[in-house]
Parts: sequence; C-alpha cells; structure tokens
Amino acid sequence: MSQPADRGDIANPRARFERDGRPLRTKLFEQMMLIRRFEERLLELFGEGELFGTTHCYIGQEADAVGVINHLQDGDIIFSNHRCHGHFLVYGDRPELLMAELMGRVTGVVGGRGGSQHICFENFYTNGIQGGFMPTVTGMALAEKMKGSGNIAVAFIGDGTLGQGVLYEALNMASLWSVPLLVVVENNRWAQSTPVERELAGDMVTRGRAFGIDAGEIDSTDAEALYGHFGEIIAKVRNEQRPHFEVIHTYRLCHHSKSDDMRPEDEIERFRKNEPLIGARAWLTDDEARAIEARVEARVEAAVRWSREQPFPTPRHLDERVARPAPMAFEASATDAGEDA
Amino acid sequence: MSSTPATTTVLKSLNGAMHSMMEADERVLLIGEDLLDPYGGAFKVARGLSERFPERVLTTPISEAGFVGVAAGMAMRGMRPIVEIMFGDFLMLAADQLLNHISKYRWMYNDQVHVPMVIRAPMGARRGYGPTHSQSVEKHILGMPGLHVVAPSVLHDAGALLRAALLDDLSPVVFVENKLMYARRQLSAEGGRIGELYARSSSDRYPTTTVSWEPFDHADVTLVAYGGMVEIAMEAAETLFFDEELVVEVVAPSSLQPLDLQPVLDSLQRSGKLVVCEEGTAGAGFGAEVISRVSAEGFSLLKAAPKRVAARDYPIANTRSLEDMILPQVADLVRACR
Repeated sequence: MSQPADRGDIANPRARFERDGRPLRTKLFEQMMLIRRFEERLLELFGEGELFGTTHCYIGQEADAVGVINHLQDGDIIFSNHRCHGHFLVYGDRPELLMAELMGRVTGVVGGRGGSQHICFENFYTNGIQGGFMPTVTGMALAEKMKGSGNIAVAFIGDGTLGQGVLYEALNMASLWSVPLLVVVENNRWAQSTPVERELAGDMVTRGRAFGIDAGEIDSTDAEALYGHFGEIIAKVRNEQRPHFEVIHTYRLCHHSKSDDMRPEDEIERFRKNEPLIGARAWLTDDEARAIEARVEARVEAAVRWSREQPFPTPRHLDERVARPAPMAFEASATDAGEDA
Repeated sequence: MSSTPATTTVLKSLNGAMHSMMEADERVLLIGEDLLDPYGGAFKVARGLSERFPERVLTTPISEAGFVGVAAGMAMRGMRPIVEIMFGDFLMLAADQLLNHISKYRWMYNDQVHVPMVIRAPMGARRGYGPTHSQSVEKHILGMPGLHVVAPSVLHDAGALLRAALLDDLSPVVFVENKLMYARRQLSAEGGRIGELYARSSSDRYPTTTVSWEPFDHADVTLVAYGGMVEIAMEAAETLFFDEELVVEVVAPSSLQPLDLQPVLDSLQRSGKLVVCEEGTAGAGFGAEVISRVSAEGFSLLKAAPKRVAARDYPIANTRSLEDMILPQVADLVRACR
C-alpha cells in the first residue's frame, strides 16, 4: 500500500534514521536510552499508582529493536507482542502517544482501547496473544507480495511463543508461499517465570530450518553488531521475497510484568554486565552521553506531563475515534526542563 | 446486485457468486483446504475457480487457525478473502483467531483498520457424518462483538448474501451454510408469493424472509428458523395448515448477529405465540437469545410461554436411527406449534 507523499516519514524509521546525520553509535545509543528511560519512568509511575493494569518491560533487550527496525521503510509492517514498547518507540518515535495509551487517555496510540499490548500505529501492530498474530502477519506479507508492493513484514516473538502451535502453521505457510516475512525470536531466556530450559525442547534455529526457511542466530547485546547483522538479513528478505527466521539470544533484565520476578539474583547480575546500554554508552564521551541522557530525560518527562493533561475517554468514544495529535514539540519542552533544572 | 434465477440451487448460487466476484474484483480470493480443481472443495462449492483464477485460489495445509488468520492479515492489507472451512466443526480450531484477533482488530485498534472477510462454514447433520462432522457450532460464536454471523436458507439468495457479506460489509462475517441445503433450489418470491405461499422480506443487507399460508392477516404461531431448519419449519407449517388449519408463519432471518428482531415482533402481533427452532443444542443458543429479546422487547405480544425446539444434549450420532432421535424433526415442530 503506497503512502501519500505528504505524510512524511511517520511510517519510515529508516528514512528518519538516515536523515539524522550523527554517527551511527550516537543514534543507536539515543534510541536505546529513550526506551530505557521511558520504561524506568513507567515503572515509577506504576509504583506511584498513576498507571492502571499491567506492563511488560523491554529493559535489557533494547539493542534488538534498534538493530532491526531502523532498516524498515515506508510500507513495511511490524507485528509485535505484549513486550512491544521498544519496538514501538523505534518505529513510531512518539513516546507521548504510548505514555498516554498506558495512562488510558483518549489521545493514546489507540485511544485507550487497547493498552500497550494492543496497539496499531500506521503499519505497526501488536497483540497480546502469544503467537496468535503469526497467521495475521503472514497474511499481511502475502498480501504485500501479491500486490507487488515490495514491502516486507517483521514479526517479533519470544522464546516462550515457540510453544504455540499456530506459530508453526504460520511458518509452514510462510515458506510454502514464499512470503517476505522476517521472524525475529528474542530469546530473553524466560517465559514469564519459567526458564527456557523448562519450556523448550530441541533447538530454536532448526525450528525455522525445518520449514525450509533460512534461519540463523546471534548472541549479542551490541546494538551496532545487531544493526549490521539485520541490515543484511532485511535486504535479503526484501530482495528475495522469502521468509527468514532469526534468533537473538538476549536477556530480560526486569520482571515479566510489573512485579513478578523470582529469578536468581546472581543470574540477573551476570547478564547485567552485558546489558546493551553499558556498552553503548562507552562508545561516546561522557559529555556526549550526558547530553543525550538529558535530552531523553526531558523528552520522557514532557511525554509524562503531556499525557497527564490528556482527557480520559468518555461514552462517545466507545464509537468515536479522536484524531491523532500532532507530534509533541519536545525540543521546546526539553529547553523548559533544562531551565527548570 | 444481480439475483440468481429461482431455479438455481444454493450450491450453484454460491459458486456463481464467487466466480463473478473474482472476475470483477482482483481483491477477492479464496483460501482453504482441498480447493483446487478438479476436486473443487469437499462440497464442490469452489468448483472451477482455481482453473480460472489460479493465483487467487490458495489451497492450504490442514491449518484452520493458520489460514483463517492469514486471511485476516490479507483483509487488513486491502484484499477481500473468502475462507472455506471444510466442515463447520473445524471452525473451532480457529476459535482464538475469531475471538482474540479477527473480531477485535477494528475496535481495539481504534477504528484504524477493517477486516473485511468472509469465513464460509458448512454446518449441519442428517448425512451420517457423526459427532465431529455434523454439528451446528454457530451458537459458540454468536455474541462476539465485531463478528457478524450470516446464515442463508432456501428462502434467501445465498449468492447475493455472500456478495453482500464480502463486498458491502466491512466487518468479518462467518457465513453458515447448511450442507443439505447445497442441493436444494432457492425459492424466490414473485409478487409476494412463493408458489402458494405468501412471502415478505425485510429490506436489509441481510433480509429476513417470512412465509405464510395466509396473506398475513392472521396467524396462530410464529416459528423462527434459520439455515437448514427453515425447510423443516416450512414442512411443519404445511402439515399444520392442511391437517389442523393452523396458520404458522415461518420467520427466517439471514443474519443471526446482529439480529433484526422486528420481523419476529411483526409476526407476533398476529400470532402471539412464539416457537424458535435450531439444529444445534438449545443451551445458550440462538433460540434462547430470540426468546430473551422477545421477552424484553415484546412481552405484551406473547399470549403463551415461548417454546424452543433444538437438538437433544448429545453429540450427533453416526447411525441414522440415533441421529434422527437427537436432531429436531418435523414432528417435534408440529408438536411445539400446536
């Protein structure tokens, strides 16, 4: 589906990323920092009773999102899961819309109807049923292929979802019909409270290969390495118009949802040493990193302030959609925040 | 919208509608099991399509959840897929796709998407197919917000309903086709008559058709039926009219969800007596919904307690004698209408 020219780069993370003339490492660090601070702030807001329901944080996995999504362009599709904040922030770069959604406001990504597990923004979709959307995203990729659009689709799933049967129905059809679909398995080693050793028999990568799908794996939290790795894979999916299955071995540093972490502390500490933000921060000078951190901090705070001012849905919003607000002028807010400090 | 000739069978009507839609509209495609010619689907409703439109007839692995979901993804990206479920019983393999995906996408995504697709599901028994190939499982999907359920009968133009469901309805539709009905001829009204019967239809996208042996000036019973039960209800009405001089109006909705109750209430104005029938079991079913809504919206019209006729609470047996005992028969309807 071609997008009208006047919509700009709203659904084109690759164009936005390439237009930013700063060094690759600087850009990757800032994107990951935004995800990290956004979610740390979310957890604070939950703690303060300002948010309702639950949330699934991506902390520790940020390098995956920036490594993959910065290669996606106008018309490309993402279908993500319950742990989607990082994916959305890289794809849409609209933290205020996600914050408002999490706060249940009518100007949130989907007007408060879905919460972060069930959002739709341009060609970005999520759903909270493990693996259940795999047929949908396969069909989306098939439709794009039949239309000859050249667009591709990317599905993000986790190690836990490898237990769902419908995933394998989708992989089978994706291969049979040679659809341009990249399946990214983020193996964060835990399915809720169950370690991967107790939920998964056999090997991850061969699950893809069994269907005749090209498959591989990468064990890294290095955003630059992941960015290079997925650049090649995504170009191949796009050029060859056939599926690929890639496993990223990573680690979820925080709990599954809000406060349900019973994992061994020494294991978490071991992985904390390799978490993506530490390595990425070391790429920059301390001054560079501090400047980015301040900017991200101001942006997240502006998103929180803006979201707090947004109205809750009223009865008419059961049947009526509020138009998406224009992007928040966060640079101005950043200046304000700087002055406040 | 072209209507099919009165002499067309339900199968030819559906097959013809798919041929003409695929010919006229490149978005339309068909996806399901064993669809390719010369087989043309288990009940031959897809016959001839794959030869004419090889790129748009996707024969699938045995993966109901998978291909129902694939069709949803295609619908969300601009296509108009028709899914064929081989036996309606297998629809429940895709229950999660219906409940947590297809029926929810539009609203939970804040009206930013539509899922315009039709899932055709052959339902019904009386062919000796046994417990898992004979059911009428549509009651299990009634009451899912966002999902429409349409069921043609011999009193409807099945092909026209299929066309409306795919091209005029942006909601996903489960389209219930009774297996025995495929070979039956569609009965279309001319000048308000179908043969000796008087007939009237509501003017909705999915019309309700009401037939009577008298010209709607008086009735003794309002008998609500859909799908394959409509013929059985009409047989019961004929028996009661000629043997006992009772006038039974058969009210046949083609949309089970949403349900337009007005034609039922209109008939009850004349009869005051309600009987609802369905081929599936009664509990929490279509009849229960009709009786509940009539009680709430037309209680004063009722002169007697409503009755429902449905399958008995057993799986559907393979052997004919047991199958007949379990399923609602003409005699059951005759008894209930007296």
